Amino acid sequence: MTKQIKAVALISGGLDSMLAVRVMQEQGIYVEGINFFTGFCVEGHTHAIRKQDQNKQKRNNALWVAEQLGIKLHIIDVIDEYKDVLINPKHGYGANMNPCLDCKTFMVTKAMEWIAENHFDFIITGEVIGQRPMSQRRDTMNIVSRDSGAKNLLVRPLCGKNFPATYPEEQGWISREGLLDFNGRSRKPQMALAAKFGFDEYAQPAGGCCFLTDENYSRKLVDLWQVQGHKDYDFDDVLLLKIGRHVRPRPHFKLIIGREEGENKFMEGYKKRFGYLYTKSHPGPLVLIDGELKEGDAELAAQITGRFGKGKHADRITVALVDTDGNETEFEVTPMSGDDFPQEWYL
Amino acid sequence: MTTHVLDVKNQLCPIPVIRTQNQAKKLAPGDILEVVCTDPGVVNDIPAWCRINGHEVLGIEKRDNGEIVVSLKI
Ligand code: SF4
Repeated sequence: MTKQIKAVALISGGLDSMLAVRVMQEQGIYVEGINFFTGFCVEGHTHAIRKQDQNKQKRNNALWVAEQLGIKLHIIDVIDEYKDVLINPKHGYGANMNPCLDCKTFMVTKAMEWIAENHFDFIITGEVIGQRPMSQRRDTMNIVSRDSGAKNLLVRPLCGKNFPATYPEEQGWISREGLLDFNGRSRKPQMALAAKFGFDEYAQPAGGCCFLTDENYSRKLVDLWQVQGHKDYDFDDVLLLKIGRHVRPRPHFKLIIGREEGENKFMEGYKKRFGYLYTKSHPGPLVLIDGELKEGDAELAAQITGRFGKGKHADRITVALVDTDGNETEFEVTPMSGDDFPQEWYL
Repeated sequence: MTTHVLDVKNQLCPIPVIRTQNQAKKLAPGDILEVVCTDPGVVNDIPAWCRINGHEVLGIEKRDNGEIVVSLKI
C-alpha cells in the first residue's frame, strides 16, 4: 500500500488558500488546514460587538473554507508569540503597521513545527508571486522559505511553476503539470479557477487579512506605543483599539467613546480596569478613560462626553465620573460644541 | 461518558472556538462538552467547527441572561 501523502495548508479564509488546497486535493494529497489567531485578524471580534453588525451573517471564513474543502481546520492561538513579530520585525513594516514578511515567515515556521509534531509531509500556502508588494515577491517569498526553515517543503500551488521544483515534486508526490503559474496583481486567474472548481461564493478581504494593514488602526497602535513608552501590549489593549472612537485631548489621557449600544455594552467589561464617564441627565455613550486625569481634565472629559450624547445641544448636563474603585463624582457642564472640538483629537 | 463545562463568557470569536478545540482534545469520545458563551458568533462558529471535525452538536440554548450554551458530543 502506498503511503498517503499529507500536507498542511495555511488557511486565511480568503480565496487563494482555498484554491491552493483544492489544487493539491486534485493531485490526491490529503490536506488539513491551520489558521493562526494573532489577535489582529479581521475574522471575528468586532462583528460580534457592534449591534448594527449583529444581523449580518456572522461566520468565520477560515472555518467556512475548511468546510467547503472538506478538510479539518486547526485554529492556533499565537497572540503571545506574535508580539515579538510585531514589535521587532526584522524586515520592517509595510504601508501601515503590517510586518507581512516577518509574519509570513513566523506562520510558516509554526507550520513546520506542526508538521513535525503531526507527521505531515509538506506545507501549502495560497501565495501568488507579485500579488502583494511586500511579502509576495520572488525575493521575499524565497526569504520566507529560507528563514522559516521550510525550504523546499513549502509548496505554493498557485504559482509553483514560477519557482524551482520543491521536494514534493522531486519525490513525485505532486506533479509540476498540476501546479499553476499565476503571477501579478490581477485576480482574474483566481476567479477563473474558482469558477472551474465550482466555488461561487468566497470572501474577498480588501487590503489584507489583518487590522495591521488598516491605516486608522495602525495610527491608534502607534499612539498606544508612544504614550506608554514601549511597544509591548496585551490582548485587551489591541482589542480595544478596534472599538469606539478614540479621542486624545491631552497627551496623558485618551477617551474611548462607545459609538452605539453594542460597543457600550462590550466596554462595560472594562469598567474595573479604566475609570469611566457617562451622562446622567441624558442618554449617551459609555466613555472609558485611558490614562490619568490631572487638574481640570475631569471637566474637559465630561464636556467631551456630553458632546457625544443626546444632550449635546442642552445648556447644562450632568456627567458622572466613576473611578476604578467605583467612587462616583458628578459634574454639571456644558457639552463641548463642534467648533471647540479640534479634529486632531481623533486618533 | 462525562459532561464537562467550558466557560468562555465575554470571549469573542474565534477564542471560544479555539478553547473548545483545545478542550475537546483532552476529552474521550462520547463525552459531552457544554460551552457557555456570550458572543452570538458561536452559534455559527462552534457548529461549523463540529461539522468539520466530526463532532455532534446536541443543542444550542439561549438563556434569558444573554448566555448561549452550545452542547456537543465528542
Ligand atoms: S496582512 Fe497581517 S496577517 Fe496577513 S501577512 Fe500581513 S501582517 Fe500577517
